[in-house]
Amino acid sequence: MMAARSVSFDADAHFMEAGMESPLDEDRVHDSFTQLIEEQSQDLNNQAMEMSSLDLEDETRDDVPSLSGAGSCVGVCEDGGDTDPLMEPCWSTATLRVLSSMPSRTIGRSRGAILSQYYNRTMQLCRRRQSRPAVHSFSRSARPSICGYRVETDPANFDREENKRERLVNNLQSLSESDRVRMLKAIPLNLAEKQELRRLALNKTDRSLSRSEIPCCSQLKYYIIIAFRQSWYVWLSFLSSLQLWQTALKTVSGRFGTGVLSYFVFLRTLLFFNFFLLLVLGLFLVVPQAVRPPTPLSSVHFYGLELLTGAGYFTDSLMYYGYYSNYTLTKTCGNTNDQSSCGFHLSYNMPLAYFFTIGMAFFITCIILVYSMSKSFGQSFRVDRSKGLLAMKVFCSWDFKVTKKSSVRLQSENISTQLKELVAEVNRKEVKSSWLQRLATVCIQILAWTICIGSTAACTCAIYYFSEHMHKDLQVRVRSSSNTTESLLLKEASLLALPVAVSSINLLIPGFFNTVAWMEEYDSPSKRNYVAIFRNLMLKVSVLGVLCYHWLGRVAADPGSVSLKCWESFVGQELYRFLLMDFIFTMLNTFFGEFLWRLFSQKVLKKERKPVFDIARNVLELIYGQTLAWLGVLFTPLLPVVQVIKLLFLFYMKKTSLMMNCQAPRKPWRASQMTTFFITLLCFPSFLGAAVCVTYTMWTIKPSDSCGPFRGLNTMFQSGKIWVEQLAKNDQKFSWLLLAHKYLVENPFFLFLAAGIFLIVIYFHSQVVDGQRKIIELLQEQIENEGEDKKFLITRLQDIHEQKRPLSSRRIRGASEESSFS
Amino acid sequence: MGSKHTTFRDDQLDEYQDCTFFTSKEILRLHGRFRDLAPNIVPMDYTNNPDITLPSSVITAMPELKENPFRHSIVEAFSEDGKGNLSFNDFVDMFSVLSEMAPLDLKIIYAFKIYDFNRDGFLCEKDVEETVHRLTGEELRPEERRLVSQRVMEEADLDGDWKLSLIDFENMISKAPDFISTFHVRI
Repeated sequence: MMAARSVSFDADAHFMEAGMESPLDEDRVHDSFTQLIEEQSQDLNNQAMEMSSLDLEDETRDDVPSLSGAGSCVGVCEDGGDTDPLMEPCWSTATLRVLSSMPSRTIGRSRGAILSQYYNRTMQLCRRRQSRPAVHSFSRSARPSICGYRVETDPANFDREENKRERLVNNLQSLSESDRVRMLKAIPLNLAEKQELRRLALNKTDRSLSRSEIPCCSQLKYYIIIAFRQSWYVWLSFLSSLQLWQTALKTVSGRFGTGVLSYFVFLRTLLFFNFFLLLVLGLFLVVPQAVRPPTPLSSVHFYGLELLTGAGYFTDSLMYYGYYSNYTLTKTCGNTNDQSSCGFHLSYNMPLAYFFTIGMAFFITCIILVYSMSKSFGQSFRVDRSKGLLAMKVFCSWDFKVTKKSSVRLQSENISTQLKELVAEVNRKEVKSSWLQRLATVCIQILAWTICIGSTAACTCAIYYFSEHMHKDLQVRVRSSSNTTESLLLKEASLLALPVAVSSINLLIPGFFNTVAWMEEYDSPSKRNYVAIFRNLMLKVSVLGVLCYHWLGRVAADPGSVSLKCWESFVGQELYRFLLMDFIFTMLNTFFGEFLWRLFSQKVLKKERKPVFDIARNVLELIYGQTLAWLGVLFTPLLPVVQVIKLLFLFYMKKTSLMMNCQAPRKPWRASQMTTFFITLLCFPSFLGAAVCVTYTMWTIKPSDSCGPFRGLNTMFQSGKIWVEQLAKNDQKFSWLLLAHKYLVENPFFLFLAAGIFLIVIYFHSQVVDGQRKIIELLQEQIENEGEDKKFLITRLQDIHEQKRPLSSRRIRGASEESSFS
Repeated sequence: MGSKHTTFRDDQLDEYQDCTFFTSKEILRLHGRFRDLAPNIVPMDYTNNPDITLPSSVITAMPELKENPFRHSIVEAFSEDGKGNLSFNDFVDMFSVLSEMAPLDLKIIYAFKIYDFNRDGFLCEKDVEETVHRLTGEELRPEERRLVSQRVMEEADLDGDWKLSLIDFENMISKAPDFISTFHVRI
């Protein structure tokens, strides 16, 4: 929320004089006002600042045309062309003096102005911290707050710079440590002055501390706080030294720009998510189970094929659900049977741990995702205005990270093309395309959409029937009961057919969609991007949907038909195979799509240009892989390991291929908006879908009877209930927990209520955002009106001054102007 | 690179950590980079704050800035004497503001200084034209550049004085979400 700035032209002598000081205090050279400033230093002794009392001789000396570089004012005078009448009057020196010392012009320039601005900000921060109701919110969103710009009209407060600094230092020391550091970092002064401010602020705190008698406990607190700060800095240094792939990312951004960089940054983010999952699952599930392995079954021989299929040797290992015990793991104390002689009783309830660990991991991932999504959304949120595109393009589109000469040249070309297009658009009148043309465009688009939706539906059906066929094939193979190694190997290899089919569909169909999109015409390249992403997403979502039905609806519902003792392990193995096939196909795609295509286009087609890195398609593939990983976590606790290894390989492979085979993209790519979009995609279809599947599995599907931590129960969810019942039975104190479980967790009404409240809160917030948008529009209007007021007053002042000048000096001035022009 | 004790005192590193967006390790790395630009001028030991500045020609030869069309203006905006000679403090300041942790309003203030080529505190039409010239090289003709800069002034100038003050600039940039990611130099 912004405060309306009231601009007051107070002709009070003190204000004028004090205001005059600000250009004086500056150490910078202002070319356009050099003469002005020189004259001010002469004039400062004459106090009268009203227009009529200005020395005439100063004016005749100081011809307006001699003020070089005073913007278009001079240019307009010389040209005398057809321009805005308000620009035309060449302001007299007096007016220029007034203009240059207006508070709005001195903000951010003079040190004094910066100091008073930050004094105001620290004042606000102090007030906020003291929890007084603050009217202005100090948001750190993309919209910077200009509410700190307050005009001091009270002459008594308009101090000199030393006093301002003194007051700022006082305020700084009254802030908390973190606030002070944050405020210091954000002040736009140079480093030496900031260090000086910090020293002054800290000196005062030290002095005030040592003066009073500090009781020992608060001294201890003081030392603890210092120790905390030091350790926090050490932790930050450690984190920054851990910056994974810092140099690699720098090389990529130097050559390809921010757009391609966002793919690699997204990859790194996914890596951290999986790493977190790995830590949690490893610590709470894998390690306890590894330390207390259950009784091993008959050992199976290791063939090489296991790495691809994940079955065979790996079936009965830590990797899958089936290995985990369904009892409480206890510590066996050596040889004695007497448990009381053990140290302390260490027991680990495996089913409960499994249930809660998976639940917690998903919950924390959800929170982190939503937080990063909202943060990135806040940064990329635009108050929707179609005006101002050209100005934004001029000032915001140059990517400062690009360092390679050829990429810089490419960027230059890009920007000039875009500028030319924008200017041409703005200048050209709306050419109404004929009715027939528009109809043709719409028809082609409908045709393209039909083809895409049709092919998606066809693929979905194909996968449905193929999976059914493979399921029957597996039943046949299992029933044939020949135990030769060959038939076993064939059985395992046949399991690979479905993943291969799905991965090839994921590889080829988006290419087909791109070809279809060639014939379409779109208004803007970003719209084309979004359409391509949406079609690809639609394909992947429907494929995953069919697969989930196949696993949960077919395999889990009737595991006996394929004589599966442990359907969860089987589903886990399927997911492992899918993940691996996805990786293999990505490798093949990189090799064929980029490397061979570059060779082909350079040698055979003799084209200069290398292929372009398709950011959207690669990011969607990453999201697809991550969805598989999230789906599989319940059945395969070690799947995050596979995903981490896969992402590491992928990073280096993609980077090498990028450097060798691709060139920087020609089309503009709105990096921060697309990053927000991708994180949203990661949160909504991907994570939400996986969470819904896992919740459905836990809530309704009956776990296998003979394996896993939930064997014998009706649903996985029951383990929590049993534990609560046991607790309540053993100790009466926990009976409230049982009641809470019965009425809150199991009762669907409570869930509906919670969801309803959530939706109401969201609706309320969206209304607030709408209201704020309207306020911003109103304030924009107000600023424009104030600008009009200012113009009006300046011209009136100028007129009055002109009238008050005697005729003779005007004539002298006219003569001198003529002489200077000739 | 030497241990912490020979380059900076502990309290100096604390100061740097509090006043910039870098950690002490990064400050030491920056000192190494600064020293590499002119090893016989820049001393290893900064404990007594030597007053050494490097000329603008040396700084703009850095690989991060070499191809940037605004490199001279960037270095001048951060130099204390306005001519482009950077001391180590200015050097750190420059990369701190250009780092990804600097907040939007700080970047806007310095971007304004960088685009203000005649250093008069405003972006007048000539400044905008110069910006467009540097962005596009020789791709656009002079009259096209003038047209672009005129349109930019029309769009961005809120109070109608045909100059962009910091407020106008801030207002315009706040509508562009990409600014904070493009106004970023990795060091």
